Amino acid sequence: MADIVSTKKAAFTTEFYNSLFEVADGEKIKTCLQCADCSGICPFGYLMDFPPGRMIAWMRAGILDEMLENDSIWMCVSCYACTEVCPKNIPLTPGLMTRAKEELLLAGNIPAELQSALEFSQRYGNSLGESPRKRADWATGLDFEVPIMRTAKRPVDVLWFVGDYASYHPRVQETTKAFAKLLHKLGIDFGILGPEENSDGDSQRLAGERGLFEMLAEKNGKAFGKYEFNEIITTDPHAYNAIKNEYPQLGIEYLVRHYTEFLAEHIEKIKPLLKENRKIRVTYHDPCYLGRANNIYDAPRTLLEAIPGIEIVEMAHNKSTSLCCGGGGGGMWLDGFQWEKGKVRLSDWRVKEAVTTEAEVLVVACPYEPPRFEDSTKTVPGAEKMIVKDILELLVEAMG
Amino acid sequence: MNQDIYVVIEHLQGQVADISFISLAAARDLAQETGGQAVGVLLGHNVQDLASTLAADGVLYADHPALAEFTADAYQKTVASLIGKNEPRAVFFGNTSIGADVASVLSARLSLPLVSSCVSITGGKITSKICGGKIMAESELAKTTTLITMIPGGYKAEQGQSEQSPDVTSFNVPTLDDLRVMLKQYIQPEAGDVDISKESILVAIGRGIQTEDNIELAEELAELLGGTVCSSRPIVDQGWLPTSRMVGKSGKTVKPKLYLALGISGAPEHVEGMAESEMIVAVNMDPNAPIFDIATYGIEFDFFDLIDPLLELVEAAKRG
Amino acid sequence: MTNIVAIVKMVPDLVEELEINDNGTGLARDWLRLIINEFDNHAIEQAILLKERDGGEVTVIAPEAEGVEDMLFTTAAKGADRMIKLTSDFAEDTNNHALARAFAETAKAFQPDLILTGVQANDDLDGPVGPLVAEYLGMPYVGYISGVMIEDGKAIVRKEYPGGLIGEMEVVLPAVLGIQAGEEPPRYVAISKVRQMMKTTEIDEQEIPELDPSGGARINRMYLPEAAGRAEMITGGEEEIAAKLVEIFKEVGAL
Repeated sequence: MADIVSTKKAAFTTEFYNSLFEVADGEKIKTCLQCADCSGICPFGYLMDFPPGRMIAWMRAGILDEMLENDSIWMCVSCYACTEVCPKNIPLTPGLMTRAKEELLLAGNIPAELQSALEFSQRYGNSLGESPRKRADWATGLDFEVPIMRTAKRPVDVLWFVGDYASYHPRVQETTKAFAKLLHKLGIDFGILGPEENSDGDSQRLAGERGLFEMLAEKNGKAFGKYEFNEIITTDPHAYNAIKNEYPQLGIEYLVRHYTEFLAEHIEKIKPLLKENRKIRVTYHDPCYLGRANNIYDAPRTLLEAIPGIEIVEMAHNKSTSLCCGGGGGGMWLDGFQWEKGKVRLSDWRVKEAVTTEAEVLVVACPYEPPRFEDSTKTVPGAEKMIVKDILELLVEAMG
Repeated sequence: MNQDIYVVIEHLQGQVADISFISLAAARDLAQETGGQAVGVLLGHNVQDLASTLAADGVLYADHPALAEFTADAYQKTVASLIGKNEPRAVFFGNTSIGADVASVLSARLSLPLVSSCVSITGGKITSKICGGKIMAESELAKTTTLITMIPGGYKAEQGQSEQSPDVTSFNVPTLDDLRVMLKQYIQPEAGDVDISKESILVAIGRGIQTEDNIELAEELAELLGGTVCSSRPIVDQGWLPTSRMVGKSGKTVKPKLYLALGISGAPEHVEGMAESEMIVAVNMDPNAPIFDIATYGIEFDFFDLIDPLLELVEAAKRG
Repeated sequence: MTNIVAIVKMVPDLVEELEINDNGTGLARDWLRLIINEFDNHAIEQAILLKERDGGEVTVIAPEAEGVEDMLFTTAAKGADRMIKLTSDFAEDTNNHALARAFAETAKAFQPDLILTGVQANDDLDGPVGPLVAEYLGMPYVGYISGVMIEDGKAIVRKEYPGGLIGEMEVVLPAVLGIQAGEEPPRYVAISKVRQMMKTTEIDEQEIPELDPSGGARINRMYLPEAAGRAEMITGGEEEIAAKLVEIFKEVGAL
């Protein structure tokens, strides 16, 4: 009995290693130098029994089966820091960490919070467990109508993919309404899918549920296919990443831009609408999925610079070295688990850093960030007065 | 069939359960309608004294060693034989670990109709509450003896209690051999930290408590009310309370009779864990705190100004 | 080796707003979303745990309803050996007595040692299904179970009472148990596994020619309770508010 078990486990290591080559650029894993840059830069690397570098070493030694019983890989928030610094350009985040989480999930090794979020995503099309019928409820109470494709029944210029947290979380709904107001003010012809929209699925994919991701993508693809529009715009960097980089492999291909790119293009129309403002010192947090994952660093800054009175000061970690808020890769749904392991929150670190810039406002551009950073401002010393705002909220406020 | 209303009394370790008093209150109302009596049905071994606080017109008592502790088979057989003989108009059971095990089996065994989750009964109209409290259903007594399981909400336990010590009449227990369910032992809950999901009174603290020392105030209040302190996540994060006290998405889901939320804003992540509390009383300085959207009662006030007079009045109420 | 049957039903998902039908006697079904009864889900988990521990087979039986196929394939992905879907003229008002008779008929054929089902369901109006199935099969029933062990042809079960008290009971087999909680929380199963089951396994269908609802209540009216809305605000100085709070504490029985 023991022999069969150990052969089976050894087989897992080989099987797993070989499967990594199937990911795009996955073969590069063979060239790992064991330099430990990845494990070193990983914000939670010190809490993992198998940070990326060690995972590769054990695989090469043929003894990675123990990973299946270990749960510290759930500390990975898919922030792309490791991928960014790897001197051999190994796709560590999508190629290794995601695959490891997939195996853990198949083996039933999954924290309970994450399980609920995945089950909610499957049942309700959003990870918060809210009724899909209420997905567009955030739009009631605005003094103009937000067109919902199913009732509008006409082509639009821009299809706005809103996202889960932007639709349902009370704090993030403020950002969503701000974008709606901006689009309205700029006279953009737009529409949303409303109840027909499902979670983009990207964080679920990175948390190891490939099957769920494909199911959600298929549903969104069907919804997209029903309507006519010129491009998709999204306020959610995770949705942006999914629709731009992952959906095409499933045959769902559309032109997609993040709102920062879109608005940066319209900056000359926006500037005249921005009124004089008092001087505000702000610092901008580069979201992982806009920055490292998709190289969008300038557009958000262009927008901020256009606001009169704004003084931008950069944090020590900025652009490609930005510190993750901790929400990605399933992190939004692993809070309790990660707190138990580390007694520290990545969002607290980031807010600490923001405090040192003496900025009044911490500016964000991703829906995971307002609730996470606002929570941190309540406990990080010196951050009590710090305000967290999305670029969109600042733009709308500057319009008066 | 007589017009009496029977209530199968639930008792555990020498205590009559509240649900039995509640059922008696309902039974008394119904007995008025039918013109019969409200009768307690007490099973056990040497427990006739438990009849003394029942607000019943009479008590039928069955004494047998096999009935000393609740076991499904023994209770089912005994109650079945009683109903078969006397044919009361209706029989109430608690919708509980004791009552629910008996009522449904008897419905099938004796081919008697059963209505469950009854919260009140007026003018012969039976009102049940289902689907997490979101749906009400109305039915009525059938032509034959009707079995009803009760849930709390429509009557208070006091309404079923009395000083008057009803008459106790013994009735014959059928043969209780070949019982298929036997009690081996009771296992008491572990000492050690409280399971907040099992508490019926919770005093919940949030960031508004400000310092670790202030938690004492909440604990004092909780103790006086017979409850326990729980919290939203930040308190646990600070290490001021153990994780077992956390309510919400990353913590426990609770459904107590009373959830007293002190200085809790009502963020979705917290509300998820307590929205189904029977009664929510929220104290918060912020009139826009989302907690007020789901609370039964809201108090826009500084908890620290409130706590001293409140503790005084609560202590007085307990003494008096 | 234990031959286990798990009895499962789909119930209204309370995430959505519930509406009453035009007759006023049942739930409106247009927007009604169904979900597996939470306690039945625990029963399935307990069944799979017993199979993993002692060996044996698990058969899952469920009545036809929207979403039941997905649910059954999920139980297969968790380890259930056989899935049975009951087909019949299930109407809105098919009560538990009717379902229980159908379940009993079907389960009998498998000669189970143990039948597990959830201790209750959110839409029960004529008591839960478990005890009825037990009586129709002449088996003993114990509910509110949070632990099961099979030993020498008997089940040793942990029965939950309020306040955390447990009664350890010995039950002669075959028996029906009403599960409150499985020994482990219901496991997660990756969607890829469920999809694989859909391709490689089949659900057996069993026709129930006639449903007999006798024993259930006739529902004269179904309605929504009065909307709660926003909190009732209590105002005044600290003494006034404290006094009102004491009244409230008395109302709920805390004082």
